[in-house]
Amino acid sequence: MADASELIQRDIESYLDAQQRKGLLRFITCGSVDDGKSTLIGRLLFESKMIFEDQLAALEADSKKMGTQGQNIDFALLVDGLSAEREQGITIDVAYRFFATDKRKFIVADTPGHEQYTRNMITGASTADLAVILVDARKGVLTQTRRHSYLASLIGIREIVLAVNKMDLVGYDQAVFERILADYREFAARIGVANITAIPLSALIGDNITEPGAAMRWYQGPTLIQHLEAVEIAEQAAAAPFRMPVQWINRPHLDFRGISGLISAGRIRQGERVKILPSGKESTVARILIEEDLTEAVAGQSVTITLADEIDVSRGDLICAPDAPAGIADQFEATLVWMNEAAMLPGRPYLLKIGAQTVIATVSAIKYKISVNTLEHLAARSLELNEIALCNLSLNQQIAFDAYAANRDTGGFILIDRITNETVGCGLIHFALRRAQNIHWQAVDIDKGSRAAQKSQKSCVLWFTGLSGAGKSTIANLVEKKLFAMGRHTYILDGDNVRHGLNRDLGFTDVDRVENIRRVGEVAKLMADAGLIVLVSFISPFRAERRMARALMEEGEFFEVYVDAPLTVVETRDPKGLYKKARLGEIKNFTGIDSPYEPPETPDIHIDTTRLSAEQAADSIVQRLEDLGILWGRIV
Amino acid sequence: MKTDALKQALDKHGFDAAFGGARRDEEKSRAKERIFSFRAAKHVWDPKRQRPELWRLYNARKNKGETMRVFPLSNWTELDIWQYIYLEDIPIVPLYLAAERPVVERNGMLIMVDDERMRLGAGEKPMCRKVRFRTLGCYPLSGAVESDADTLPAIIQEMLLATTSERQGRAIDHESSGSMERKKREGYF
Repeated sequence: MADASELIQRDIESYLDAQQRKGLLRFITCGSVDDGKSTLIGRLLFESKMIFEDQLAALEADSKKMGTQGQNIDFALLVDGLSAEREQGITIDVAYRFFATDKRKFIVADTPGHEQYTRNMITGASTADLAVILVDARKGVLTQTRRHSYLASLIGIREIVLAVNKMDLVGYDQAVFERILADYREFAARIGVANITAIPLSALIGDNITEPGAAMRWYQGPTLIQHLEAVEIAEQAAAAPFRMPVQWINRPHLDFRGISGLISAGRIRQGERVKILPSGKESTVARILIEEDLTEAVAGQSVTITLADEIDVSRGDLICAPDAPAGIADQFEATLVWMNEAAMLPGRPYLLKIGAQTVIATVSAIKYKISVNTLEHLAARSLELNEIALCNLSLNQQIAFDAYAANRDTGGFILIDRITNETVGCGLIHFALRRAQNIHWQAVDIDKGSRAAQKSQKSCVLWFTGLSGAGKSTIANLVEKKLFAMGRHTYILDGDNVRHGLNRDLGFTDVDRVENIRRVGEVAKLMADAGLIVLVSFISPFRAERRMARALMEEGEFFEVYVDAPLTVVETRDPKGLYKKARLGEIKNFTGIDSPYEPPETPDIHIDTTRLSAEQAADSIVQRLEDLGILWGRIV
Repeated sequence: MKTDALKQALDKHGFDAAFGGARRDEEKSRAKERIFSFRAAKHVWDPKRQRPELWRLYNARKNKGETMRVFPLSNWTELDIWQYIYLEDIPIVPLYLAAERPVVERNGMLIMVDDERMRLGAGEKPMCRKVRFRTLGCYPLSGAVESDADTLPAIIQEMLLATTSERQGRAIDHESSGSMERKKREGYF
């Protein structure tokens, strides 16, 4: 830094000019609790003069208070920013640190080695070019080392630094270092890690961090800082085919219509052809603008472009090079990483965000889970927090995509819970499933409207939900009788009855309940398509699945009927003796007892069974159908 | 005080999101902040329940009553900011530039005496010093530093050769080590 200080004092302008051309390297550090990860980061910051006097004073005071390093400075305290972390001596969340040397700027994502490791490491690694994997020289390659390496390669990091730390505690022995490196290479070959650079070091003492370690003359390679400064990060992004997800249509007045977004790959010049996906329409780039007009823009720039032709483009579309366009599909094979306490259930709809596009997605099948520790493939019916699996996904509409290996921005997605809005998982697209491309919807001449009109009615689905014993089936049965008497065409799908046939293979776990509702929703949809008034009588305890059933139907076709009876009331009624059995533990996963019921927040029809008799309830429902115009005039 | 005013304004206008210039390099708990930072009802920040933020994908979805704080400059450093101001010729508040100003020394910080709202303590007498502010925060809790840097390049020069961090002048950070985190939980930016 001495040279730099001189330059700063002598000629600040030329220093700033040099700064301007400095590249940026983003990397992640991984290691388990005692590998010395925080010490390493503290050391990097300290040696690159990024710790100021007031911070150092606070650090010294904290170190003495915590007392983990005796009278010495505990660098870990510099990195562990949250009170809970400092109290428990653990790192909970990803922390980002910044430092610079004369050659490069660095952003370090520091990720915890234990609790939540998968979620945090994947998050930190998603924006990193390089991973520093720490190994304690006394312990060698451990399960955690393998786990971290697998996750780094999964997320697409090609450069690995194997930092063999605490060499001072093994007498700076070259044989120890060589043995660890050989072990690691053997494992790394299995998971396809591309480039490995191994460096023996002591973060505590500072050997081979900035300066070579005097006690390790046998090591001829670069120090850690030298390597981080020099490592070539393939500038793939600019060389790849052009991709720009459309963030916004910029239309300040009638005479200007620009398309704004961040170029995620490749370059674009004025006058070049582009293809808009998923529509597939092509046009020519008229102008490229930032503040002024550009003739060319490259990956990493946010620009507004205008097209020569008036074609339809909207937020979420992907602009591509026409000779190497992205794919379009609605079914994929992808690796999914689950990041939420609530398990992922196949069939449950989630929001999927990719680029600037948000669609609805369900996992149609889990092929297998992958153990991050052993890389074994395991069978699974749901995914828990921090689990990883290869899955098939099905979307409600087509999206433009690339394989994640080709482009992180157009191949990586997040999943969002539709009720809590939390980010619950992320995924890496591998390829489109061929069946999505080869099965087309068969158009038929007689449609739903004509089938329903023939019956003098409109198709609809009345979805009765409520606790077991609330009276769903009784009321649905009465409604059907009344409609039948009026000459209407109806059908009842009853929870118990369907479980004797179509859903005979399903039990009562959360996973099976979701699949149960999915199938019934699809059957109800077919029946509505046949022109019928469909009455579905199912406990259907989860909001997410009722919402999924609603989404299957057309707007205004689905009516959620909440048959409301408090648990205390249905438990007293207990017509089938089931509550008694559930209380005795003879039935597991019983709704209301040991499995939750999520009541509708805004049902279309709310039946309070403590106030209405079943007859009155049925009458009020039929009246509502008349009011809504479902029943077109009386047939006698 | 600043926090309450902010929360009242956000509630009154029902804003979905508030943009801020906080950076991860400023302070330890800010190092763990998201770019799209979710706030539960009543603007509460729960650092343990932050949404994972991957690639360039930001989850801006929220329910009614919940809000977002958005920090687009999260990954900029203090130097990046000044360099950008320099390159783009962005006007800055004159208090960042050194000038002769009346100050008093209080708890080891130089507090500026602008007008009569600044109440002097017993024995405090304003003196004239050439000072500037590295950071501008709550009044009167931000301290000035003695400096000769009265041009932008001189400010950058001074910052690069500095041996103390920019938030050193903020009393709010010094109450105790976890004080920023506590403030943030309550809704501070």
